Amino acid sequence: MKKLINDPEHVVTEALAGMAEAHPGLRVDLENKVIFRRSAPSPGKVGLVSGGGSGHEPLHGGFVGYGMLDAACPGEVFTSPVPDQIIEATKGVDGGAGVLHIVKNYTGDVLNFEMAAELCAEEGVEVASVLVNDDVAVKDSLYTAGRRGTGATVFVEKIAGALAETGASLAEVAKTGEEVNARSRSFGVALSPCTVPAAGRPTFELGPSEVELGIGIHGEPGRTRAPIAPARELARVAMDAVHTDMPLSGDCLVMVNGMGGTPLAELYIVFAEVAAYLREKGATPARSLVGNYVTSLEMRGFSVTVCRLTDDLTRLWDAPVETPALRWGR
Amino acid sequence: MDTRFFTTWIEGIAKAVAENREHLTALDAAIGDADHGANLDRGFTAVREALAAAPPDSPGKALTLTGTTLIRKVGGASGPLYGTAFRQMGSVLGSAPDVTPSDLATALEAAVAGVRKLGGATEGDKTLLDALAPAAGALRRAVQNGTKTEDALDAALTAAREGARATIPLQARKGRASYLGERSIGHEDPGAASTVLILAALRDAAGG
Repeated sequence: MKKLINDPEHVVTEALAGMAEAHPGLRVDLENKVIFRRSAPSPGKVGLVSGGGSGHEPLHGGFVGYGMLDAACPGEVFTSPVPDQIIEATKGVDGGAGVLHIVKNYTGDVLNFEMAAELCAEEGVEVASVLVNDDVAVKDSLYTAGRRGTGATVFVEKIAGALAETGASLAEVAKTGEEVNARSRSFGVALSPCTVPAAGRPTFELGPSEVELGIGIHGEPGRTRAPIAPARELARVAMDAVHTDMPLSGDCLVMVNGMGGTPLAELYIVFAEVAAYLREKGATPARSLVGNYVTSLEMRGFSVTVCRLTDDLTRLWDAPVETPALRWGR
Repeated sequence: MDTRFFTTWIEGIAKAVAENREHLTALDAAIGDADHGANLDRGFTAVREALAAAPPDSPGKALTLTGTTLIRKVGGASGPLYGTAFRQMGSVLGSAPDVTPSDLATALEAAVAGVRKLGGATEGDKTLLDALAPAAGALRRAVQNGTKTEDALDAALTAAREGARATIPLQARKGRASYLGERSIGHEDPGAASTVLILAALRDAAGG
């Protein structure tokens, strides 16, 4: 294992220390492992808290700031945060209008956020939650834990965050978050695995000419393995999976996301194919995001996430945002 | 079985988890996300510290403290699930200074019920329940037959081992392994494997 770390056991806290130094707009509670907006709580504003395993940076800590999250709680690498962290974050951002938990659909994340929400409610903090489950690679049935939350998390955090800035109620912010999730689908492809620092070995082996189709964001193997193919064909596999599940039409918000180790040029090659695919189906890539937003450590590969926009959602997407990883309009 | 028996058990789990950290992580890498060994090791290390900092004065309190610490320190699905299992056992045993084998069987049954309710899994879904539920059943049967404690715990351990082995051909229907669909077949469930360690430590605590 060759990594820029000091000690596998201290990866998360040492990275948090760096975030605190780099971004004066954030306040990082190193003991409880929570990243807050420096100004939190905002009186009268719904607080937004998200969290999940580390290793997906910039998700979630990189999205704390004006127009997006009020706090993020990172767990260990690929491990959900514990209830104590979530409670600390929730209380710290409660400005009296309630707190929205944005939770990716993984058994661990769901259980820990549920436990935290119950305890917060007992202490009088009103909590609602939005479950993100956009990954079409997982069959949503009684026979799985349900679809994973992946790229759409960025869309939910941005759009719900923009609405919260307008002074909307907890119920309204939660409803819009759910709407974004319901209108979004994702599919991921890996060219190489990743290595969890504490494990020291890659999570799976891929031959030099193989790819994994239908991966999540935790270095877990996907549903099938296939020979490497041109970007055009891999993009088509991903978009076919999305389009089959949610026929594409109208204005779309499209993210081509790198898994951490993918050159940006390759992501743009994929984006060109994705945009062509959308036009072929009569849809428009009206808004876009190309880069590393929801990563799996150093994995090479990409995921594509499409959200079918409405005028309201477009306006909220365009609204000002100022976080370490997303900033415009301010 | 007194408080000392239970702290010995929990110490034994911590030791077994540390020794098998790589093995559990390797099982998890095959069908999950390669963190089960590291997470449980971190959790039981914290449990050891918690027990040393505030020595419990009853078996129930020892188990409740163990469960609460796991929930607070582990994260993932295994933290809340194992945490709930130990808290349920602690709650059943209350503050009684001594525990009979029958009480222990009742406690394990409560652990099974707690895990089932929280995680929504049933036996055959390829989860830790596939080892824990048969172990609780075997302990209950052994107690009803008047088997002596060591042998009853042997029966529970054997049932857990068989249950864990039986997860190999199963397709996962809960947790992260379920994302793999048919590709989860052929691997032992890491949660079932760690449950076997827990029951092996229980058997060892009885000596003999």
